[in-house]
Amino acid sequence: MKAFSFSQAALTPDSYRAALADPAAGGYSAFEGWVRNHNEGHGVTRLEYEAFEALANKEGERIVAEAVARFGVLRAACVHRVGSLAIGDLAVWVGVSSRHRAEAFAACRYIIDEVKHRVPIWKKEHYDNGDSGWVNCERCAHPHEH
Amino acid sequence: MTAPPLFGLVLAGGASTRMRSDKALLDYHGQPQVRWAFELAAKFCAATFVSVRPDQREDPSRAGLPQIVDRQPGIGPIAGISAALQEHPKAAWLVLACDLPFLTASTLQHLIAHRDPNKVATAYRSAHDGLPEPLCAIWEPSARDAVLAYIASGKQCPRKFLINSNAALLDLPERAALDNVNTREEFDAAAARLGGKEPDRTSKTVRVQYYAILREQAGRNEETLDTSAATPAELYAELRRRHPFQLAPEQLKVALNSEFGDWQTPLKHGDTVVFIPPVAGG
Repeated sequence: MKAFSFSQAALTPDSYRAALADPAAGGYSAFEGWVRNHNEGHGVTRLEYEAFEALANKEGERIVAEAVARFGVLRAACVHRVGSLAIGDLAVWVGVSSRHRAEAFAACRYIIDEVKHRVPIWKKEHYDNGDSGWVNCERCAHPHEH
Repeated sequence: MTAPPLFGLVLAGGASTRMRSDKALLDYHGQPQVRWAFELAAKFCAATFVSVRPDQREDPSRAGLPQIVDRQPGIGPIAGISAALQEHPKAAWLVLACDLPFLTASTLQHLIAHRDPNKVATAYRSAHDGLPEPLCAIWEPSARDAVLAYIASGKQCPRKFLINSNAALLDLPERAALDNVNTREEFDAAAARLGGKEPDRTSKTVRVQYYAILREQAGRNEETLDTSAATPAELYAELRRRHPFQLAPEQLKVALNSEFGDWQTPLKHGDTVVFIPPVAGG
């Protein structure tokens, strides 16, 4: 599978997990980001994700390559949803297979943290009071969590 | 403990052997390069000096600027660095060669923001060979004794000095920012790349693609327009007059032709530009 990709359709972690299998691997670690029903005190009803895919794919691939080089893991990949998502949907999946567990956890954490900060993906939240807003763009004075 | 104050040192004492004319006087930006580099450094430094050989003190292009005179002329740029570290031993030095015509304020800003005063120096890795670039670097007061000992042992190469010391090394945010110019051919190419003395304000056609909040505020996915803007910074200012964009440039990043770019990169006819609002993946 590609190191980094987008999907318009629901994510399918079982198929991604199979693609990371490796005879030298002693384990596999994954992170799934889910759509939750609240953010910063507001009730959230659904989300839209949008990406600048030409650049996002390059930057995402760089991040995965950095994680593989830095932590010495066997395989790693990340898939991000775009489009309209409901509460409970899977928004992002990161998976890493490695010889030992410590570097799998560390590489997984590195990839999701860097993706959140560096890859041109935007999230629009729709709230239960009918409002909507682009996260980090419309209440910019507000320091967002890292 | 606060970091030592930052002073600027523009190295203008070179022999310019390969150029066969004084590199400090070359004109890329509408003024002698030594003066341009001095003004760039002065934006970030508490005090700024030009490094000169004793026989250059009265040189017209250098005489009007605060000077630090080499104490051991003939050993290259390390003589200037060493003289500065001795002249003001409590200051850290932003050292700049004067043959870096592509240097930008944002490259200096990035260096200063990532400065590590606990190391002897903070420097960029060369985009070409990955080795430290000693002549666009911050040299801390703690480097002084080691530099003097290095010279006393007969060595002169500031790059090898940094390789063998505990310098903090950074990747260049703009790959070409430290491309240097040593020959007449390189000067001609550099002057052409910089678009001559003035920013290129001729009309050019560019495509702007919008995402997320900017797409909604522009009311479109993209537009193609003729503009005289010389840089993405000027283009965004122009677009803010046409669209109700709320985000300030400081909140955005720029992409040129699907790669991260810089606000001051000259725009070219046919470029595709994206202004990137604060991201929120995951």
